[in-house]
Amino acid sequence: MIPRRMNGRKRTTVTAAGCMAVSLVACVLLLRHIDEIRPKATIEDALYVNSPKMIKRASVGFDGLMACIYWTRTVQYFGHRHFDRAHTYNELAPLLEITTTLDPYMIPAYEFGASFLAPKPPGGAGEPARAIHLMEYGISYNPDNWHLYYDLGFVYYTELKDYRKAAEVFERGSKVPDAHPFMKIMAAQMAMHAGDFTTARMLWTATYESSHETNIRQNAIEHLRSLRVDEDVTSLQALVTQFGERTGRLPASISELAAAAHLRAVPVDPDGNPYQLSATGQVLVQNPDDFPFITKGTPPGYKPAPPKFHTKRSD
Amino acid sequence: MSPRIFHIATNTFREAVRDRVLYNLIAFALLLSGAAIFVGQISIDIERLVVVDLGLTAVSLFGVVIAIFIGIGLVSKEIEKRTLYTVLSRPVRRWEFIVGKFFGLAGTLVVNTFFMAIGVFGALFYVAHKFSKPDALILVALYFIVLEFLIICSLALLFSSFSSPLLSAVFAFSLFVIGSFAEDLRGFAGLAHGVTRWFATAAAYLVPNFSALNVISAAAHEQPLSSQLILHNTLYALFYTAMALSGAVLIFERRNLK
Repeated sequence: MIPRRMNGRKRTTVTAAGCMAVSLVACVLLLRHIDEIRPKATIEDALYVNSPKMIKRASVGFDGLMACIYWTRTVQYFGHRHFDRAHTYNELAPLLEITTTLDPYMIPAYEFGASFLAPKPPGGAGEPARAIHLMEYGISYNPDNWHLYYDLGFVYYTELKDYRKAAEVFERGSKVPDAHPFMKIMAAQMAMHAGDFTTARMLWTATYESSHETNIRQNAIEHLRSLRVDEDVTSLQALVTQFGERTGRLPASISELAAAAHLRAVPVDPDGNPYQLSATGQVLVQNPDDFPFITKGTPPGYKPAPPKFHTKRSD
Repeated sequence: MSPRIFHIATNTFREAVRDRVLYNLIAFALLLSGAAIFVGQISIDIERLVVVDLGLTAVSLFGVVIAIFIGIGLVSKEIEKRTLYTVLSRPVRRWEFIVGKFFGLAGTLVVNTFFMAIGVFGALFYVAHKFSKPDALILVALYFIVLEFLIICSLALLFSSFSSPLLSAVFAFSLFVIGSFAEDLRGFAGLAHGVTRWFATAAAYLVPNFSALNVISAAAHEQPLSSQLILHNTLYALFYTAMALSGAVLIFERRNLK
């Protein structure tokens, strides 16, 4: 009798353990399928309530934890939309506003906002006013953080081209204790040479070097790459004009231009592809989609694609 | 189903429906569905949305509370009252006892959900004066809520097979909360690196994924739900329940009941 009962128990144990293992594997596999079916569900749910104050009250004192959850969702949202090459980021502003209302001291959220809320689509959400509001809100809580002034000045400079305001903000930031000496230089630079390539390169390099956030750094790399193309195209275009004045015709190819201008080699873009010359003498980039922020070197009627990030600096 | 499991399940069901707390909770859920009508009236143009959201949330939350509070007492009460010994002295295996208890509780919750769903549809009819085709999505949402209850029941039984009722309630409720953020947990795992990534991924797959079962918002917004999602969620809930029940059987089989 006793051995029979033991056998029964053993059988039950083996069956239950087997069932548990099979179920666990099945659950993992099914979850992967479910994720594929509904990849965007999280954000839709997250923004069902989009009033920051309401969420702060509903968090019943766990503001910090909620802020972390919303910050994770913000990054996920941006990542998903970016991966899908979406042209809009409509929920980015409310997500950042919720995050910073829950935790006004979460600096990465402000930096993220300055980088991706202000730029025009497809590079960002195209909401510079909300980006400025977010940064001013951040400064009101963190007046001693020079990074926030830098980011705000950056929005005025890159998106609104309001160099006077940018200079003002950099000046304000330079007075913060322990502010980077660079802030003072930027304030002066804004007042004197706001629109030139050097200033832009200085700003993007500083952004790259002062941020630890991967998306922000990649965005800076992308701008630096595009700046190099803009600079190259500007100088090559000047060479085309000079060639025309000298010979009375347009160069037949970029190689002819390089030879005539005594360049060491055929000029190439940051990816190593040679620049091209159109029949009308316009200098063009071979793959403009690889440089989402370029303002020169694109064929007429070209519509920019959403940016795809590179991980290495080209200069 | 063996006749022994069926008898245990029927008795569990009878015992559960005699519990007064159950009726209080159902009354609260119905009251909340009714209140949704008034909340809907003061919110411009979103009456239907409020009724569906508040009604289904009430069904889900009160159902979870019922599942946890009845589920955690299923084994411990039997031990406390010493009725378990009477049951197990008959030709009833321990696993049959656990499985029977599960089916009894699951049956109770299905019946409860049915009554609470009548309340939600009643409130909806009061607001809209008719039913439309997208209202069928509410049935899908209710079906997912029932699947959620199955998982909660099995978890409550799992914890109650080795722990005190109070601790079982804490464990089950904590898992419910964590499971509701399962997708965020997987998102976090995706952002992590090295060992943290492995641990976070393992934890994310081990906790029940309640967020995939929560389609209340989609039903309220009349967003279509794919049949694939219904199939996968059904299979997921069944396998997860089987996993938790197997765990409960494994523990209870080895538990010293002296």
